[in-house]
Amino acid sequence: MRFVLRAREPRWLAPAAVAVAVLVTLALTAGPIRLAGAAPVAAFERYVFTPLTTPNGIAEVLLSATPLLFTGLAVAIAFRVGYYNIGAEGQFLAGAIATTAMAFTAPDLPAVLALPLGVLAGALGGVVWAFLPALLRRRFGIDEVVTTLLLNPVAVLLLQGLLTGPWRNPVTGFPDSTSYGSGYELPALLGSRVHAGLLVGLVLVAVTGVVLWATPVGVRLRAVGQSPAAAGFSGIRVGVLQWRSALVSGAVAGVGGAVQVLGVQHQLTTSIAAGYGYTGVVVATLGGLSAVGVLAVAVLLGDVQVGAQSASISLQLPSQMGGVLSSVLLLTVVSAVAVRRYRLVRRRPRQPDPSEGPRAERPLQKVGG
Amino acid sequence: MTAADRGGPGASVPARPTPLVELRGITKRFGALVANDAIDLSVDAGEVLALLGENGAGKSTLTRILYGLSRADAGEIRIAGQPVTMTSPADALAAGIGMVTQEFSLVGTMTVTENLMLTGSSLGRVDRKAARARVLEASQRLGVPVDPDAVVERLSVGERQRVEIVKALLGDCRLLVLDEPTAVLVPADVDLLFASIRRLTAQGLAVVFISHKLHEVVEIADRIGILRRGRLVADLPAQGLDPVAIAALMVGATDQPGTPASAGDALGVHGETLATAVGLDGSAAPQAASAEVAVDPARPVALQVQGLTLAGDPRPRVDDVDLTVRAGEIVGVAGVSGNGQTELVALLCGTTAATAGTVCVGGTELTGLDPAARLRAGLGRLTEDRRGSVVLGMSVEQNLVLEDLDRFRTGPFLSRRKVRAHAASLIERFDIRAAPGDPIRSLSGGNMQKVLLARAIERDPTVLVASQPTRGLDVGACEYVYSQLRALRAAGSGVLLISEDLDELIGIADRILVLSGGRVVGEVAAAGATREALGVLMTGHAAAAGERAA
Repeated sequence: MRFVLRAREPRWLAPAAVAVAVLVTLALTAGPIRLAGAAPVAAFERYVFTPLTTPNGIAEVLLSATPLLFTGLAVAIAFRVGYYNIGAEGQFLAGAIATTAMAFTAPDLPAVLALPLGVLAGALGGVVWAFLPALLRRRFGIDEVVTTLLLNPVAVLLLQGLLTGPWRNPVTGFPDSTSYGSGYELPALLGSRVHAGLLVGLVLVAVTGVVLWATPVGVRLRAVGQSPAAAGFSGIRVGVLQWRSALVSGAVAGVGGAVQVLGVQHQLTTSIAAGYGYTGVVVATLGGLSAVGVLAVAVLLGDVQVGAQSASISLQLPSQMGGVLSSVLLLTVVSAVAVRRYRLVRRRPRQPDPSEGPRAERPLQKVGG
Repeated sequence: MTAADRGGPGASVPARPTPLVELRGITKRFGALVANDAIDLSVDAGEVLALLGENGAGKSTLTRILYGLSRADAGEIRIAGQPVTMTSPADALAAGIGMVTQEFSLVGTMTVTENLMLTGSSLGRVDRKAARARVLEASQRLGVPVDPDAVVERLSVGERQRVEIVKALLGDCRLLVLDEPTAVLVPADVDLLFASIRRLTAQGLAVVFISHKLHEVVEIADRIGILRRGRLVADLPAQGLDPVAIAALMVGATDQPGTPASAGDALGVHGETLATAVGLDGSAAPQAASAEVAVDPARPVALQVQGLTLAGDPRPRVDDVDLTVRAGEIVGVAGVSGNGQTELVALLCGTTAATAGTVCVGGTELTGLDPAARLRAGLGRLTEDRRGSVVLGMSVEQNLVLEDLDRFRTGPFLSRRKVRAHAASLIERFDIRAAPGDPIRSLSGGNMQKVLLARAIERDPTVLVASQPTRGLDVGACEYVYSQLRALRAAGSGVLLISEDLDELIGIADRILVLSGGRVVGEVAAAGATREALGVLMTGHAAAAGERAA
């Protein structure tokens, strides 16, 4: 028995793999939920369905999904070209910090100016945070996984430093900034807590989706991500595309940070460092690095987050159980999606292709693309 | 003791003692390809057996089987008369067989002693002192100083090779396999290596020596085995053989597969041709090997390469190559694998930057241009790495348009309709057996080559650089590739055809350049070319003769 790479895969296979992963997730998480003293079926219902039964619940789900939409999109854009940006967290925080700086520099701007400038500042903040790893990768070939990841705690420290230093609240003395001027407030949608940042996110999803699927650039990005050598051979400028994607990725994450402070908090607090960037990696990966996939997974994870709060109240389940559920889902989906590329064969594989010469005895090949 | 002492006729009489290592009926197949066909071969203690053959003749497969890296489909290996089964290099080492491959397996940041401690180190305490002593002892055996405390990455290639040999000798090594040991060495290191080999064989070690350099083989070997297309076509004493006779046996001047032929026969059959070839390369300067080749100077130059060089260690990989391909001609490049062909193609395609020299395509200077600009200048490419030339995860149509995506736009968007129509027309025109939406991964080698041909030819290139375009293809696909290359020539493009298949070059090219050691060592008109003449040039004999005369 051995695994052999499939040459073709039937259309039903990818959805089937995800379905199997979901079932495995339910089976694996039932144990911990049981241990925590709740009935698994009731818990799953709370996690997934209950939040969607009331208008207020749906609003909360969308509110939770909004930052994930940005970070997920940011990660997907970078991963597409094979630039493994794990630094969406830092870029998100840098965006929030830059927006705050803007709000404090010109506190009295009217909303028509304040909001675009605030969002722009966030984008720039994200780009600045993404710049150094991208430069190191392009000029010296230094692995961006390490550099982007290591800049995340630096952003957290910068945030804490600013909030305990220059931006400390002079009235309360708490490490929170003062509130922004009234111009720096994204309008609410339909009288709920959902803010216009969601619309910005949806526009970015649409633009990204169209670029990836319907333009020459999208095809080039995919080619670079799947096979940089072959893409370069075909005249695609691999380094330039990765460089640009890295900066666009930082900008999108930075805008995420901007709309979070402009739409929800209206001030900068340490609670902004809630791991949205790391969850963005999950969102992008589960969403198959596609814009629509990111949207669907962001909403799903937002749903589970809201559900976890309600389950912790009504079923006395620890609120971390929501994290357990999404993490297990990530592992099972990623495994299932990787394994589906292989088929299980009894006995020996077919004779190797003679064109590959005598060294072609490699039954388990690397997972392509 | 030297080769001359032992290599007399008496050494090969039937009543010789049990050989140290004996291969009986070794057969290995890869699909339809028979890499080794019932090979019987033996080596005695204290003997140097040189294994010769063109690329793909089965030498590597045979040594891999001997070293336990690969298993034979049939046949047996006997050591001192006892049959042994070897399923891994560990078994081979235990049986007393050591091997030094072309790629070294040393950790660069460790010292020589530490590297040697990695092999065969069992659990328990690490005894650095003892290991160091063993290095010194082995270096004594070799007769060449090896510094046990030197850090490997600071050593020269020749020194690293000595470390590899020491590593192979550490166990109870009785047979040492050296796979093209001199390919990477400078002449001074070759002399040291040969001195070491003589010392070791005097102590009773048997050596299997693989090389493409015939003058070296004549110098060091006691016995010579020649493989051709998986069969052992000669197994005879080295005594009295000269490079010319060996070259004749290698390229098949005496086509009697299976029956070991003697040198005399070989010379008898094709003596005249060979003498011509040798007469040419005997005149010292490599340029002298160039026969008068009629090139119509009125035709525009499609590809002009001047002084193209790629530096390497210990010597340039591509060495001051000049060549010209005119519109409407096919220029072949012959050479034994690893003599700079791959690097030459990489330099032309722009995937590697040249150390010196210029490349012009139809009047456009390519130096410093990226692959996209080279494509625009009229360069077509067909490299030996087919699977590396396409994005395997994408479809046939996407790969077909990848180089010219902007041609298939409607406004800012990629028009799927245009892409599909273009792909469908190419699939029709080039008879590609696939649908536009099929993943390219699922295509056979021949079909993938058709996709790459279609992509290159459709752009109407000024010059097409085609490297090993028929390797691994079946007869029908080969014919197809030839017909396309001829059609391209007829349409007025230039073609640079790099191939190891001499029949292919003689059959399709107008003239043939021979590459050896990264240099162009000769040029012959295809019409008058023979396998033998090319074979002698290819084996580096001419270059070597040139070096020695210099």
